[in-house]
Amino acid sequence: MMAAFHAGLRGGAVPPGLMARHEDELGRRFAIYRNNVAVSLGEALATRFPVIRRLVGEAFFAALARVYAEAEPPCSPVLAEWGEGFAGFLAGFPPVAELPYLPDVARIEYARGQAFHAADAAPVDPRALAAADPARVRLRLHPSLRMLRLAHPAVSIWARNQPDGADGPLATGPEVALILRDAGYDVPVWSLGAGDAALIEAMLTGAPLAEAAAMAATAEIGHAPTPLLSRLMQSGAVTGAEA
Amino acid sequence: MLPALPGVGFKPAHFAAIRQDPAGVAFFEVHAENYLGAGGLPHAQLAAIAGEFPLSVHGVGLSIGGARGIDAAHLNRVRRLCDRYAPASFSEHLAWSSHGTETMGTAYLNDLLPLPYTEETLALVCDHVDQVQEGLGRRLLLENPATYVQFAQSVIPEPAFLAEVARRTGCGLLLDVNNVFVSCTNHGWDPRGWLNALPLDLVGEIHLGGHAAEDLPSGPLLIDSHGAAVADPVWALYAEVIAQAGPLPTLVEWDNDLPDWPVLAAEAARAGAILAQGGMGLARAC
Repeated sequence: MMAAFHAGLRGGAVPPGLMARHEDELGRRFAIYRNNVAVSLGEALATRFPVIRRLVGEAFFAALARVYAEAEPPCSPVLAEWGEGFAGFLAGFPPVAELPYLPDVARIEYARGQAFHAADAAPVDPRALAAADPARVRLRLHPSLRMLRLAHPAVSIWARNQPDGADGPLATGPEVALILRDAGYDVPVWSLGAGDAALIEAMLTGAPLAEAAAMAATAEIGHAPTPLLSRLMQSGAVTGAEA
Repeated sequence: MLPALPGVGFKPAHFAAIRQDPAGVAFFEVHAENYLGAGGLPHAQLAAIAGEFPLSVHGVGLSIGGARGIDAAHLNRVRRLCDRYAPASFSEHLAWSSHGTETMGTAYLNDLLPLPYTEETLALVCDHVDQVQEGLGRRLLLENPATYVQFAQSVIPEPAFLAEVARRTGCGLLLDVNNVFVSCTNHGWDPRGWLNALPLDLVGEIHLGGHAAEDLPSGPLLIDSHGAAVADPVWALYAEVIAQAGPLPTLVEWDNDLPDWPVLAAEAARAGAILAQGGMGLARAC
């Protein structure tokens, strides 16, 4: 019974064995369910990927969501976790081949959703950090923090498509996105230079601060770690300092 | 136990307004599946709400009417949520929302889908309710669905089916009066007959919500939209239920086209007035 009902929801025939007050209205009544599933999943996807929707337009996004929901339906009722494969799906979806940056924008949006729901962690006491030996101290970063190396200028594209986004000159080439949830529960997206990106990567793998700074200076001659570190501290993103 | 007073479905957009003036709303309900993340704003808000008001956790994804057993991993996550907030009530639906296919694994469909009412599905639902109550370590309230089609194979009337699930499993019932009105209108059932067939002493909570209507040649097709004010005939049925059963915890649901807080609070106040009258009526009857 449910297999036939499910097939009907996915666009198949109205399943046998259903009744309506008037037999000729059965299709219209069953369509309520078909529509509920398609529309509610489309809205769930749009909640997670608002910039993708803005970039492709509402009508196209609704159709896109139907195809995606058929290809990769949510496997759990926790819809905030749905869409991990959306970027990969977009990369292989011929109708959007002319927008090659879409998958990278989708990666940013999915990571923002994960950051929004990530575990809480209290910021480290700045005094503990000041007293630490840079050669030995390992900084723990907030559970919401994620870094993405992107082939396209997707951070700039994402920023321009925010409600208050400015029409600045569009970056070209690859960008590195840093996503974190700040103390006010906002989830900003920062664009990192090569040195900052190397610094974050090294810290995420557990390198002591001095070693991470050395790797950053290798990636970007003359790189100074302090500006990014203070920015992270201000955002509450440094949650531990362990010798 | 929830208080026999009006409550509303909590929406993050109303958080600041609620903190400023809860306007007589006595409890809040959240959908479990919106709070299964680890942390962040959802839990900060829920902790603040649960610290001040009784909380009802309402599941929409356990698929109790599904052909497969309850998803143990999902049930475990709901259990951890209930352990974290110790809600006064947990409820779910007489419906299914997930379906396993051989090629795609389990797909979650994000809608409350109908099931036939037979001895076979009765046994299945009871088994699933047992699994949920055991897994959560608490009693469940099972909600009557809004439906748009019927199954030819159904042999048990909906209220009798719900009553029998409650009798066999010890669960309570969540009576959604709007769903009664929607289903009865859509299927040509008598809503008062439906309500008379339901043992009201098993009802632990009432839901009221708005519906949408579509005109078909045979008459209106009502859709449980949760996107409008509660309709007058639903208020009338609700007042009859309260007059008969006495005051019950009553939740106003408004999930789509969300109004400003005062509009939602006014709906809750309307339920509160009916609850107060019902209490007086019972007092006189004693």
